[in-house]
Amino acid sequence: MMVAIAEIAERTEGNDNVLKIRNLSTHYFSRRGVLKAVDRVSMDLKKQEFVGIVGESGCGKSTLAFSIMRLIQPPGKIVEGEILFNGKDLLKLKDEEMRKVRGKEIGMVFQDPMTSLDPLEKIGDQIVETIQMHEDIGKNEALEKAMKLLESVGLPGDRVNYYPHQLSGGQRQRVMIALAIALNPTLLIADEPTTALDVIVQEKIMEILQNMKEEGRSIILITHDFSLAAEKSDRIVIMYAGWIVEMGDSSKLVKEPMHPYTEGLLESVPDIWLQKKIKTMPGFPPDLINPPSGCKFHPRCPHAMEVCKREEPPLIGVNERLVKCWLYK
Amino acid sequence: MKGIGDTMEVKNLATRIFRPIIPEAEGRNMVIAGLIIVIVILLMAILADLIAPYNPTKLAGRPLSPPSLENPMGTDNLGRDILSRVIHGSRIVLVVVFSAAIVSMSIGVPIGLISGYFGGKLDRAISMIMDSMYAFPSLILAIAIAAVLGPSVVNAVVAISVVYVPTYFRMVRGQTLSLKSRLFVEAARAAGAGNTRIMSRYIFPNLVTTAIVVFSLSIADAILTEAGLSFLGFIVTAPTPDWGFDLSSGRPYLPSGYWWMITFPGFMVMLLALGFALIGEGLSEVYAPGRER
Amino acid sequence: MASLKAYIATRALLVIPTVIILLTLVFFILRILPGDPIASMVGQKVPPEVLERLREEAGLNKPIFVQYFEYLFNILHGDFGRSMIWGKRPVIAEIMDRFPATLELTIFGFILSVLIGVFTGSIAAFKRNSKLDASMRIYSIIAYSLFIPWFGMVLQMIFGVYLKILPIAGRIAPGVEPERITTLYVLDSILTLNFDALSSSLIHLFLPSLTLGIVLSGAYTRLVRNNLIDVLSQDYITAYKARGVKDRKIALHAMKNAFIPVITLMGLQFAILLAGAVLTETTFSWPGMGTFLLERIQYRDYNSVQGAIVFYALFVALISLVVDIIYALIDPRVRY
Repeated sequence: MMVAIAEIAERTEGNDNVLKIRNLSTHYFSRRGVLKAVDRVSMDLKKQEFVGIVGESGCGKSTLAFSIMRLIQPPGKIVEGEILFNGKDLLKLKDEEMRKVRGKEIGMVFQDPMTSLDPLEKIGDQIVETIQMHEDIGKNEALEKAMKLLESVGLPGDRVNYYPHQLSGGQRQRVMIALAIALNPTLLIADEPTTALDVIVQEKIMEILQNMKEEGRSIILITHDFSLAAEKSDRIVIMYAGWIVEMGDSSKLVKEPMHPYTEGLLESVPDIWLQKKIKTMPGFPPDLINPPSGCKFHPRCPHAMEVCKREEPPLIGVNERLVKCWLYK
Repeated sequence: MKGIGDTMEVKNLATRIFRPIIPEAEGRNMVIAGLIIVIVILLMAILADLIAPYNPTKLAGRPLSPPSLENPMGTDNLGRDILSRVIHGSRIVLVVVFSAAIVSMSIGVPIGLISGYFGGKLDRAISMIMDSMYAFPSLILAIAIAAVLGPSVVNAVVAISVVYVPTYFRMVRGQTLSLKSRLFVEAARAAGAGNTRIMSRYIFPNLVTTAIVVFSLSIADAILTEAGLSFLGFIVTAPTPDWGFDLSSGRPYLPSGYWWMITFPGFMVMLLALGFALIGEGLSEVYAPGRER
Repeated sequence: MASLKAYIATRALLVIPTVIILLTLVFFILRILPGDPIASMVGQKVPPEVLERLREEAGLNKPIFVQYFEYLFNILHGDFGRSMIWGKRPVIAEIMDRFPATLELTIFGFILSVLIGVFTGSIAAFKRNSKLDASMRIYSIIAYSLFIPWFGMVLQMIFGVYLKILPIAGRIAPGVEPERITTLYVLDSILTLNFDALSSSLIHLFLPSLTLGIVLSGAYTRLVRNNLIDVLSQDYITAYKARGVKDRKIALHAMKNAFIPVITLMGLQFAILLAGAVLTETTFSWPGMGTFLLERIQYRDYNSVQGAIVFYALFVALISLVVDIIYALIDPRVRY
């Protein structure tokens, strides 16, 4: 474990990393016990990099995103680790300093555009309020900016006068993106931004996200949709039961998956060109309050060995890839 | 998954009704506190003749004497023992609110069930009438009825029953509407169950927990309405003891500082209403855990 | 805004059936319920010819459906009949003498109940599961269970009899009544800059409206708390946080959203307020509609009793209309 972290650190030295997450753990404390939603996770994000974090629901990918924003609510709590954003540790910031980071330096797009906009405020007012929270500009100027923002995400500027319920889901998600980039943040986190939308709208939203990247932003896309991440992102991070089990360049990771879980995920992706048979992965995600011993994936793993039941696998670096599996030791 | 949960609803009825027994159920303490208050007052009413130290309508000391060992709550303007009147005063209010609740339930529940189940024009018409009644200030409606019928205990029961019919109707109708489209009802219908059977076997049992909550809360409300009517002189006449009525008899003596004439009867009204309100509120948490988190 | 006008117009039209149902209900209660209203109001010891004359005066000797249509027709023309005592003044004029007192009392009671309820409910929600939350919830149940005349008398005893700092009866000290403009004393004294009248009417209003306000605040405390907890867990609140909006501003947005169901409650609460006002007025010798109704029941003035109850019905229908309009003004989802 320690070796792996040192290795990542070394590999990223000198790079212009926007985000460095080190050994981050976020737990939920319930009556039944402690749920380790994010369990000692480390990862980096380069400037203008598009990273997809992929996993089944409940694997901790959204908790990871909310941890970066420090939006974890009780009974959840970030228990250890560092989140270095442009050099400063977000976990050490005072609440007011963190507030200034949110929206201004890191923008976030949410899963359900139907419920993520205040139903009682006009679109324009919500954008203006966000801008004025961080910049000392007048109402009219902010409103003009709001209209330009809407246009930049492909909506007519006059939508500032609309209430959320007058817009469709896709339009609302565009508004959410406009809100997230209103202050030109360097990092954009999109938590399942297209899950609640139909396929055509999904494509449009992804296009906007890619444009955001072209403009120089770093993007984290949280998704359960492997093929979407593979198609859009530069790098993919696979999460399972609170762990990062594999990460690497999208194209390589798809071509030759290393972790048995990644393999399983890939096999369960429908492929209309290859017409290959879809296999569903056996079993269910584990109960994170009482996770399996050793490697949390071993009950579902086709290659499980004795050691997997006993000991947690280390994160191993293999040719620009990181994989947390005993097979590669 | 949803289907399985749905069909289990009927079977789990008994477990749901008796959920308050589970020690960790939310709201359990409220239910227990409320039950203690209500049971103590019920016992007081039943055993009034045995436990009251004096005859509530006879002279028991010097008029307007403050609380003392002989008269723990003092005496009223006619020298009657207030404690004994408070004990006996629990009887009429309990009889009136319970009879009224039974009458309004036996009218409101079936109408609500039928109206909600069959829907259509009749439902709309009944709903409009019930909603209008519900919107009308309940005490004023009760006063109007009591004024026409004349002051008596039976007439008070009539007045209060009429007032609470819409409460039961609305609750039952709303529940029926949401239940009748649920899977287990659809399944029963597909299996060839008739309307009567669906209503009695599938919908009604699922109303019970809500009905118990609404029953407790509307009893609490009815107690205040009864006391109000009694205070205004629409239920009993002197010398019958009743809390609301006794409170109004004490009112002229308030400016002279005879606090004990009003303090005790009015406090009992609040306590009894509080008992039922606690049961209702507690039960609504017990039956819908999580909502109140 | 055109759609708002259309909404209001539709809603106003819907008042008509409600009013007719309420009027029919009142008619049914006063004339068709078992028993002879005149006989039961007058008592048994009246000679039959007097009873007959009273019936005729109240129009009760005609066939029932004729009575019904006459009754509807007259009321919809603003004719509430004439009082059966004291110079036979039109009932509507007598009501207008007494109604402002009730309106003043209920408005102040209403404002206090909403203020107290929103305050206590918000504290409970923002400090959820704390001791403060628990005490606010106990407060709401106790407030709801208070018996108005008793609570009013306890306040009278403390502030009027022992501390002697507040009056326990009446609307204003005799002799300082402001010039009549609206007959709402507080408003009239402000309009005429009559500060003696203003302070006198305010101190007379204090205890009765506090009584009503506290008793009715319980329902708001509970509703505001539960709604606010609901709203605070909504995605858009998290989204506000994620955009760096300040907590104080988010709290305001949350309260605005939580307030919408409270508006619906306000309509129903206003009816309870009117009922509570009958008891409050009796307790504080407040010369309003409630005491008017009870007085006329005692004087066996059938027309006035009917008029008062009909007036309550119309007022309730009006309030529900106003509440729906306020609702539309606040919630854009209704408007468009």
